[in-house]
Amino acid sequence: MSDGHSGAAPHASRKGYLIGFALSVVLTAVPFWLVMTGVLGSVQGTAAAIVALAFVQIMVHTLFFLHVNAKSEGGWVLLTLIFTAVIVAIVVSGSLWIMYHLNSNMMPMTDMQ
Amino acid sequence: MTDHLLKILFGRLSLESFPVHEPILLGTFAVVVLLGLGIVGAVTKYRLWGWLWREWFTSVDHKKIGIMYMILGIIMLLRGFADAVMMRLQQAIAFGGSEGYLNAHHYDQIFTAHGTIMIFFVAIPLVVGLINYIMPLQIGARDVAFPYLNNLSFWLTVAGALLVMVSLFVGEFSRAGWLNYVPVANLQNSPDTGPDYYLWALQIAGVGTTLSAINMVTTIIKMRAPGMTMMKMPVFCWTALCSNVLAVAIFPILTAAFALLMLDRYVGTNFFTNDLGGNPMMYWNLVWIWGHPEVYVLVLPVFGIFSEITSTFSGKRLFGYSSMVYATVVITILSFLVWLHHFFTMGSGASVNSFFGIATMVISIPTGAKIFNWLFTMYRGQIRFELPMMWVVAFLLTFTVGGMTGVLLAVPPADFVLHNSLFLVAHFHNVIIGGVVFGLFAGMTYWFPKAFGFRLDPFWGKVSFWGWVVGYWVAWTPIYIVGLMGTTRRVRHFDDPSLQPFFIVAMIGVLIIAIGIAAFLIQIAVSIRNREALRDTTGDPWHGRTLEWATSSPPPAYNFAFTPVIHDLDAWYDMKARGHEHPAGGWRPIHMPRNTGAGVILSGLALALGFAMVWYIWWLAAVSFAGMIVVIIGHSFNYDRDYHIPSEEVAATERARLAAVGA
Repeated sequence: MSDGHSGAAPHASRKGYLIGFALSVVLTAVPFWLVMTGVLGSVQGTAAAIVALAFVQIMVHTLFFLHVNAKSEGGWVLLTLIFTAVIVAIVVSGSLWIMYHLNSNMMPMTDMQ
Repeated sequence: MTDHLLKILFGRLSLESFPVHEPILLGTFAVVVLLGLGIVGAVTKYRLWGWLWREWFTSVDHKKIGIMYMILGIIMLLRGFADAVMMRLQQAIAFGGSEGYLNAHHYDQIFTAHGTIMIFFVAIPLVVGLINYIMPLQIGARDVAFPYLNNLSFWLTVAGALLVMVSLFVGEFSRAGWLNYVPVANLQNSPDTGPDYYLWALQIAGVGTTLSAINMVTTIIKMRAPGMTMMKMPVFCWTALCSNVLAVAIFPILTAAFALLMLDRYVGTNFFTNDLGGNPMMYWNLVWIWGHPEVYVLVLPVFGIFSEITSTFSGKRLFGYSSMVYATVVITILSFLVWLHHFFTMGSGASVNSFFGIATMVISIPTGAKIFNWLFTMYRGQIRFELPMMWVVAFLLTFTVGGMTGVLLAVPPADFVLHNSLFLVAHFHNVIIGGVVFGLFAGMTYWFPKAFGFRLDPFWGKVSFWGWVVGYWVAWTPIYIVGLMGTTRRVRHFDDPSLQPFFIVAMIGVLIIAIGIAAFLIQIAVSIRNREALRDTTGDPWHGRTLEWATSSPPPAYNFAFTPVIHDLDAWYDMKARGHEHPAGGWRPIHMPRNTGAGVILSGLALALGFAMVWYIWWLAAVSFAGMIVVIIGHSFNYDRDYHIPSEEVAATERARLAAVGA
């Protein structure tokens, strides 16, 4: 009944995997370098840079390792990715919004110690 | 020296870990051991081990796995219900001078175990079991997309359930509420094994649930019979799809939250502690991002069950099929936008609370649309008031009340008064019993003849029905009332004697529910004894409309000798209307997946890993974890995964079917 490969997903080439691997290594090494050397100066700046690099890292994995594009599996893969992105966006932004408001409504914790 | 050696061998497990001083637990333990020995003895005496292993435990047949899920759910229902009776008894007698019969330490474990078991090991297995059994039949498939994964998912759920049961007799269970709330579950407040049992049991079972959900989504998307477009799918499949999409999306969040709490407890991080930058409320935030959609993971498939039953027993096509589908999809999306209503009182302020309050109220619109769809399906239908239909009517009445108290609780100012009160507890029992449980009983009664070839005894079914419905209202109406007056939840002892009559009535209610549960078990026994009189040879005892009724009861291992071609919604009704003839020849060999023991072995190792981690037995944890890796790699080299059912065997099965129908 189910022949797993009928969708004819554009299959990975060695080249694709190697590019993905190289990018992942770079994107992992750079945050370490940023933290260890502190070149950016500010903590917030470093944190923001790491988050940004992590996001790029996710995109690299999705493209080069999970082979997500508009055509694979008749569009279901892309649909799934969009759904996931919406959920993650809701979860992350909702949590930030909630916890930010909570923090600003609460007494500062450091004064209590 | 010996102390040191014992610590290496047994971690923090010692003789004191066994609750020998608790008479209630000792009694329970004795009964469990006797029952267990009886079952093991009987299975050995009748030489059933080999048969159980070959035909059931290692089976990758979605039908057998579905039945095993149902058995697991029913066994755990008895455990969870025993906890409920103990709580009700305690609250009925612990007034004024009386301390009741449970100390606080034990009582807290009971309400935690009750909630955890009822959601994770009763509701989820029963819902997953019905989906497993029915959904592939309804879409005309021969099995699910990943049959081995299905077996593994089931056994991982069993491993989680076993770990919870072990905590009853070895060490103790969590006292931190059904979602293992911090700060109570933090290491400094619960240094015992309780929260660890909870975390490991649910992490193991959670992997099973996630894998199962991936499996079901893939099956529905990829394996529908030719001609069955998405909008010709039975509503039960639609609700199963949305439910499992939700499960795939939310269980990783729960797993992550639990993993962070594990890090807090095992390696001393501070994600959810009160100091060093930790924030306990972040844990609440994360578990409720899982928790609210989880409600819909459970209730959406049940809405599907009610839709199928209403349509079948009204003899009509479902009213507003497409609105039903859109309502389901809308609920799926909205369920992600409401989680904060579980902690309005946390202090996020008016703007945040308003958003989540309004989003919560909006969910009642698609749900209300569904209620009206069922009512309009019944309107001018030729309703047959058989047992499944009785459950539908009881659901419509009970669930609507629960929905309305839910909308009331969605109003933040009202919630500030009612938060953590027994009113809230009554509300969610109202929707879970009145919705999920009633639906599961409806579904079990409806599909039992499909799974076993004979109907359930209607008399004892009606006793069970009235026990549940009357018992529910007697038990929970007084709880609504005392909750509205301000009584809080999770309380072991009350000072105000004027509340006692309410709790005594609730106790009577839970005893009436006990009659309902006992009658259900009697119903199964009586039905098995009278199975010849209740036999159904047609495979279609209720004049069904969907494809599962096109097969024999029980269906053959391969479900359909020829994959049906679908032309219309309510495919089987359409086939019957066109004068469907059962195929009589041209049999071909059928390609099927082969059974495998890898799922049982992996889950056994996962159980050992969980137990070892709970008790800090590091060597056992390392050995079982390494064992799991070896089994996974070993299994991936097993190429003997499928076989063909020869055409002669298909022919013999189908001829027997034709003879039974009398064609």
